Parts: sequence; C-alpha cells; structure tokens
Amino acid sequence: MNLLRSATLLRHLALTLLAGFALYLLSLELDPFRNFQLATVAAYLCATAGLTVLTGLSGQLSLGHGALMAVGAYTVALCQNTLAEHDVTGNGVLPLSLLAGVLVTMAAGFVIGLAAARLRGPYLAGVTLAVAVAVPAATVTFDELFNSEQGLGVYVEPPPLSLGPYFPNERWQAWIALLGALLTMLLLANLVRGRFGRTLRAVRDDEVAARLSGIDVARAQVQAFVVSAAGAGLGGGLLAVLAQSVSPGAFSLTLSLFLLMAVVIGGLGSLSGAVWGALLLVALPDLAHQVSSGLVASSPAAAQRLEGNLPLLVFGLTLIVVMIAMPGGVQGLLHRVTGWARRRLPSR
Amino acid sequence: MDRFVFLTFDGLSKGAVLAAFALALVLIWRAARIVNFAQGAMAVAAAYAAYTVTTATGSYWLGLLAALVGGLLLGALVERAVMRFVDHRSPLAEVIVALGLVLVVQAALGMVYGNEFRAAAAPFSRTALEVGGVPLLSRYDLFVFGAVLLVLLGLALLFTRTGVGLRMRAAAFAPEVSRLLGVNVGGMLTLGWALASAVGALAAMLVLPTELGLHPHAMDLVFVSAFTAAVVGGLDSPPGAVVGGLSVGLILSYVSGYLGSDVTPMAVLALLLVVLLVRPGGLFAATVARQA
Repeated sequence: MNLLRSATLLRHLALTLLAGFALYLLSLELDPFRNFQLATVAAYLCATAGLTVLTGLSGQLSLGHGALMAVGAYTVALCQNTLAEHDVTGNGVLPLSLLAGVLVTMAAGFVIGLAAARLRGPYLAGVTLAVAVAVPAATVTFDELFNSEQGLGVYVEPPPLSLGPYFPNERWQAWIALLGALLTMLLLANLVRGRFGRTLRAVRDDEVAARLSGIDVARAQVQAFVVSAAGAGLGGGLLAVLAQSVSPGAFSLTLSLFLLMAVVIGGLGSLSGAVWGALLLVALPDLAHQVSSGLVASSPAAAQRLEGNLPLLVFGLTLIVVMIAMPGGVQGLLHRVTGWARRRLPSR
Repeated sequence: MDRFVFLTFDGLSKGAVLAAFALALVLIWRAARIVNFAQGAMAVAAAYAAYTVTTATGSYWLGLLAALVGGLLLGALVERAVMRFVDHRSPLAEVIVALGLVLVVQAALGMVYGNEFRAAAAPFSRTALEVGGVPLLSRYDLFVFGAVLLVLLGLALLFTRTGVGLRMRAAAFAPEVSRLLGVNVGGMLTLGWALASAVGALAAMLVLPTELGLHPHAMDLVFVSAFTAAVVGGLDSPPGAVVGGLSVGLILSYVSGYLGSDVTPMAVLALLLVVLLVRPGGLFAATVARQA
C-alpha cells in the first residue's frame, strides 16, 4: 500500500488497469447503443482531458479544439482510406492511422501554440476562435482532398474473426476508444503530476515569478498546446472511426464551445473533471431528446427545433451558472462535499 | 480594372459595417475591459426582433427601430443580469461566460425561429448604379455609409460634448474616483453595454441583407472579422476601429473577389495572426500602461 502511495507511476498504472477491467466488464453487459455511447464518451474524453490541461493548468483559453479534432479526424480518414486502397490491411493499420492523426494534430498545435505563447486573454480567445471558423471552411477550399461539405467516408475494418462471428461491432468500437482514452488519461495524469504540471501551474499563477525561477514561459506554453493538441487529435480520430465518416459540420464552432463547456463544468484543470465533462457531452443531448419527446409540441417541426436546441440552451445556462456560482465545477463541488463530510464525521 | 474598382467600393461598404461592429466591441472594451464574445449572437437576436416586427407591420423602418431598441435592452439586460456577477479577477471567466451567452442566445433563436436561413429585407435597391459605364455603388451601399457615419458622429458627440459621455469615460478610466465624485459607475457601465449592443444590432441589420440572410449563426464570421478589425485598430481606439474595419473590409473583398469566397475565413485568420504577431498593440494603440 505504501509503495502505491509513494510511486505515482505505479499508482496511476494500477488505477488504469483497474478502470480498464471495470470498463471491459461494463462493455460486456451493455447493449450495442449504450456501448456506442460509451465509445463516444471515451473519444470526447481524450479531447476534454487535453483541453483541461491547457486551459486549467497553463491558463490558456482555446476555442479551437474542435478544429484540432477535425485535423485528427481528417488525417485518420485519409490514412485509413489510402491504406485500404493499396490493400494494406490488418490489425496494425488502425493504430498507425491514429498515431498519424495524433502527430499531425500535434504539429498543428505546435504552430498555433507558437502564436498563442505571445498572446493573452481575449486576444488568444479571438485567434483560436478564428481557427475554429477557418478550419471547417478549409475543407471546402481544398475540396479535391476533403470533398467539401459531404466529407469523407472512413474505411474501418470489422472486428477480428477470432472474437466470433456474432461479435457486436459497437463493443469492438468501445474497446478501441476506451483503450485510447485510458492511454491518454494515464499519460496525462503522469505529466500533470510531474515537473511538467508544476511548471504549467507556475506559469498560470504568476508569469513573472515563473520566469524568475528559471522557467521558459513561452516554451512551457507551446508544450502545453502540443500536449493538448495530441489529446484533441486522438479524440477526433476516434470520433472519425466511430462514425466511419468525417464532415466539416461535425467539427463546427459549436463543438469547440461544447468542449470548453465540458471542462469548465467538470472542473477546470482536473482530469477527473474532464471525465465528468465527457460524460455530460453524451448524456445531456440524450436527456434533452427524452425530455423533448415527452413534451407535447404543437407540430413535428417545432418538436424538432426544440430537440435540436434544448441541449445547447441547457449547456449555455449551465456554463454561465457554473462560472458565476461554482467556478470549481463538479469536481470542485465533490471536493467540498467530501471535505465537509470528513470534518463532520467522527474520525476513527 | 472595372472589377478592381467594383471590389474596392464593395469592400468599403463591407468595411463600414465591420467598422460599426468593431466599434461596438471597442465601446465595451473601453468601458469594462471585456471583449464581448456574445456580441454577434446578441446582434442576431436584435435582427430577429426586427424580422418579426417587419413581417407583422410590413415596414422596414419599424423593424430597424425594433432592432435598435431591442439591442439597447438586450445589452442592458446582459450587463445587469449576467456580466455584473462575473469574477473580474480571472480573464478566462468573462470570455467563458460570454460564450455561454452565445450558446443560450443561439439556442433560444433556434427554438423560436428554427435553424434555416430567412431572407433579410433591404430598404433600398442593391443593384449598383453605373458611373460612366462602370458599376460603382448601390443605393443600399450609400444607405450603409450614411448610417455608419451617423453613428460615428453621434458617438463622437456623445463622448466629447455631453455630460453623460464625460461621466461614462470617467467611470471607465477611474471607477473609484468617479464614484467618490458622485458618478453612478454601475449605471454608466450598463449604459455602455446598452449602447454597444445597439450599435452591434445596427451593424447586423446592415450586413445581413448582403450575406445569406438571417440565421442564428449568421454573425459568427462577421464577429471574427470585426474582432480582427478592432485588433488592427488596437481595441482601445474608436478611430482605430473605423480604420481597421475599412481596411479589413477591403482586404476581404479583394480576397473573396479574386480567390473565392470560401477562402475568406482563412484570410481573416491569417490577417489576425499577422497583426497580433507583428504589432500586438494594434496600429492605433495609445495607452500602453492599461493592459487587461
């Protein structure tokens, strides 16, 4: 027990394996639709975890993470399709494509990060907002490559035959996405706990003090952007694999705002907060669907309008209320509640 | 050559609208040190109010009036009900809350009006008048120039020649001292938001007939362009916003005229990056000491 407490890597590894085993059991129990939702949560988690490291730890706001996810998604799509055209198939192909997606997104993150390291506050928000608007438009400009608004189909191999002929595809997708998410969480948890995380926190809290203690502020900020972009790239790539298609509409400005909302509501800067956020991103639209189908609307068109916009309204209101009333988000609330309980309950 | 002349005038007309919208951003920035990322969504909401009034009464001018009044009220409401309660110590909080407002406004509009494009009426003909065989400006462009000029003059008069303008400036630059001297600082802040939001609403009314029409997301790209214009001008300077707006309008008009309209968003991004990296304070930055 003491060993687990002292060795961060070992503890995180044990936690990850435990979570992986629990999720494996869960995926066996769930029906295909729930498994697909689980996979979507895992894909979003990669992106929200990356964003929370950037915005929560290094204090840089990015409204462009939806666009970075698009970079990852399109890279994975192009890789998968090109490899399939050349008859390169097998189990190693998908990880290779995802890796390519992550690397390309990291390169994009590096470029944005270089600019971002010189910008603060609303200026940075404005530039990343422009990125979020420009990237979907780029798919129309280079339409021979990206096929404009229709987007691309993504070739994904069916689950391997060794799993049996009736193995549900959704469970296979959930496994792929969960593996990616767990890996992301493990790596990020270690990074955040270590020197890198401390450096970022120092930069966020006081740039001058950080510089005085020998930290290269610009370098730390660019690194934060690259790490964060890697998460977004993997998340985008996984989403492309899950949907088996990519289109600019799926990576609009709204997605970027959703990601930001998720990490703020979950609790800025905490990886467990990113989990809450990713869960919320999938659960809220589902909930809104149930609520609006329960309501009696005057016409089918009105019902459709209500269903499409209700999650947005709830997200926006929650974002404002959380930001004003409980800046710590869900994770901050939990922290307060457990702290309160610990004080109240008699210690053993 | 004809094309170049046409694009120049078209760009100036677009630029005038961007200047008005950038001016709205500058107004709030000067009053509260906040870049109002919800400006575009708020302006679209005012434009939808105009749409409702215009379809009900058949008069464009009543609609325009409704947009301006709606803008004033919405701006005051946002400041009183939301922005006043945001923690101003963290620069992230204001931006995030404004983005929450964007989601709320766009969702509410989508629920009431639906997410399809609706035609935005123009009060004058948009066919260009020809001078010596070259199509130059339409009557509508002239209306745009006139309206923006009127707003500029009105704001300049308000801020330099009236007591309210003086109090607003005082409240923005030295809130504590102004409060001691009896200025209602909170009220001035509300007034600033209301004015900015009304200017934004006017800009939306002017730009929407020249674009695809009314849509909850119609101002997204306009907002980014106007933000670029405000940054070119230095965020702090009203004349800078006007010059920035006109130059961004011209550049975008040339880009979309010669390279295609779908390149515009990337051109905006490139322009914004170049300006921020080469001259982060903007071309007209005067007050270096006051940084957010």
